[in-house]
Amino acid sequence: MNLFQQLRLGFRSLMLHKLRSALAVLGILIGVTAVIWLVAMGEGVSYQAQQQIKDLGATSIIVRSIKPAEESSRDVGSRFGISYGLLRDDYERIISNVPTVTRAVPMREISREVRHREHFIDGQVIGCTPDYFGMNRLKIARGRPISQVDMQGYSNVVVLAWEAAAKLFPIEDPLGRAVQLGTEFYVVVGIAAERTAAAAIGGSLDARQYDRDVYIPLSTFRARIGDRVFTVRAGATQLETVELTQITAVVEDMAEVDATADIIRALLERYHKNVDYAVVVPKELLEQAETMRAMFNVLLLLIAGISLLVGGIGIMNIMLATVTERTREIGIRRALGATKGEIVQQFLWETVVLSGTGGLLGVLVGFLCGPTVNGIRQLVSTFLPEVWTALPPNIRNLEPRLAPWSIIAAFGISVGVGIIFGIYPARRAANMDPIEALRHE
Amino acid sequence: MNNLQPVSQRQSVASIVGVSKVYTLGGHQVKALNNVSVEFQQGDFVAIMGSSGSGKSTLLNVLGCLDRPTTGHYFLAGQDVAAMDDETLSRVRGRYLGFIFQSYNLIQQLSVVENIEVPLSYQRPPLPGGRERCLKLAELVGLSGRLGHRPTELSGGQQQRVAIARALVNNPHVILADEPTGNLDTATSHDIMNLLDALNRAGRTIVMVTHENDIAERARRIIRLRDGRIESVSETRPLLPVGIGSSASGVAGATTE
Repeated sequence: MNLFQQLRLGFRSLMLHKLRSALAVLGILIGVTAVIWLVAMGEGVSYQAQQQIKDLGATSIIVRSIKPAEESSRDVGSRFGISYGLLRDDYERIISNVPTVTRAVPMREISREVRHREHFIDGQVIGCTPDYFGMNRLKIARGRPISQVDMQGYSNVVVLAWEAAAKLFPIEDPLGRAVQLGTEFYVVVGIAAERTAAAAIGGSLDARQYDRDVYIPLSTFRARIGDRVFTVRAGATQLETVELTQITAVVEDMAEVDATADIIRALLERYHKNVDYAVVVPKELLEQAETMRAMFNVLLLLIAGISLLVGGIGIMNIMLATVTERTREIGIRRALGATKGEIVQQFLWETVVLSGTGGLLGVLVGFLCGPTVNGIRQLVSTFLPEVWTALPPNIRNLEPRLAPWSIIAAFGISVGVGIIFGIYPARRAANMDPIEALRHE
Repeated sequence: MNNLQPVSQRQSVASIVGVSKVYTLGGHQVKALNNVSVEFQQGDFVAIMGSSGSGKSTLLNVLGCLDRPTTGHYFLAGQDVAAMDDETLSRVRGRYLGFIFQSYNLIQQLSVVENIEVPLSYQRPPLPGGRERCLKLAELVGLSGRLGHRPTELSGGQQQRVAIARALVNNPHVILADEPTGNLDTATSHDIMNLLDALNRAGRTIVMVTHENDIAERARRIIRLRDGRIESVSETRPLLPVGIGSSASGVAGATTE
């Protein structure tokens, strides 16, 4: 018998018990779909993470100020409060001493209330240079970014993040109007485009959100706000002095990243008594994310593998029942000249038809992953808006990505499962005594 | 007497020599066959009779290569099959033997023509002209109009006709029939026996187990077994002269090649 005849015979034998076969197919279908969907979700999540890390720049090295533990900072902290973090001198040192660094962008950041009339937000005030926008891939939706002229003139100008603008100016056009930062007023010159969160850096677990940022020139920040920050914590005021929150250094080539990071670490170590800074290399984050993704995939495959195993056991169960029921047929075929091998083949083909059908249908359902996720998203956002807004943006924006390898693997595994779990029933069929089998009622 | 040749000059298609079959049942040794020797000639039609437990089923199983004798030899198509392994025995069954069973033993999920085809799928190398052969045989047994039917849609007599066609499709040396009319009414039994008779006259060698005297009477020889031994061999009709099978027309022409 040729392949087609074998498959046809298998199919027709399975049609003797339609419901039973359909249930066995369903078992495999679910397993295959699980593999494809889970891998697609995992790929989607890791793709998102990778994009966020790539947004930080694969060729950049980020140095961030970190507040040291209380004990170690006590000697530094006098009645003037504690002083820590990156210094403007560090910025100069990096620029002038590290030859591979082509560009470095300093930044200072504090939390401040931002007001416009009765509207106010808890904003992140970011003192930055014009380079900051390009480096963070912040697009200006309207108006203009911070310019060199603003820097030199210590201008009271501000660029608002999209959401900050929307909250502060629900009706009016913000451009040209003033917002209040502390006691000072700043003219809105630009509005940044919407931007998804970036990966967490500097030991913070939260992804970097851009939606509450307000950008002012770094020079203005220093002149109007200064390095000293009062914070009120547990009833006690505390004075902190920080010169720069972050320095982002950029190198020409990815290959120079690691060495440059080492040089920067060594350089900072010499001038900082405490480790009040962290050097973050997005490239390393990317590598970590890759490892995470591999581990995640292994985990998903394990889960999916279990469901396929269960499907396989279902198939074995069905085939054992089939073999018992068709003992007579086996006896007839043996009498008419079938060898044991041919009986094994016949029943194996039958299981392959079962599991292959399940596999194919599973792949088809697998392709529905994207539409299904979108459908669920639609449903939740329409009928449960409060649940929807409570979800983290990573989940709200999750786009499953079908991995071609997972489709091939899932189908291959399903057929493999069919063969493995089909061997025992098939051998049992073949090893029956033909005389006994013929006598079987 | 010139139409009867001495047995020794005829071609022997199957012969068993000194065959014994011993079973162990509950610690007791049961001799199902005890030193049995029979020779089957080309064109023979033998009925094996005997009460239950006489060993007739065991003899048919041995002849059908479904069971190996404990001792003795079985020559089929010039080879001693008594010592063959399972796979070779399967091939021998598929190549040299045709089976007809009491309960027809058709495969339920297959149509008439597909049932007739089953032995062909186990031929190594494949026999040429498979499908046409099946159609010819279906016509021979009078089922041309029911090729696509399933066994459950056929009467007992029709099912047995399908089984007979199936037993012929591999052009076997010997047809083994186990109570072929056991499940049929008298009229249908008569039809089936006519068909077997016609096949025999066309040169087919048939070995049939039966317990009905009137069915056994239709054979040329009757072998009676008792307690695993041959009790008697009687000849009801002489064998046809050698060569008549190949010259016969009609039914015969379609069945021999």
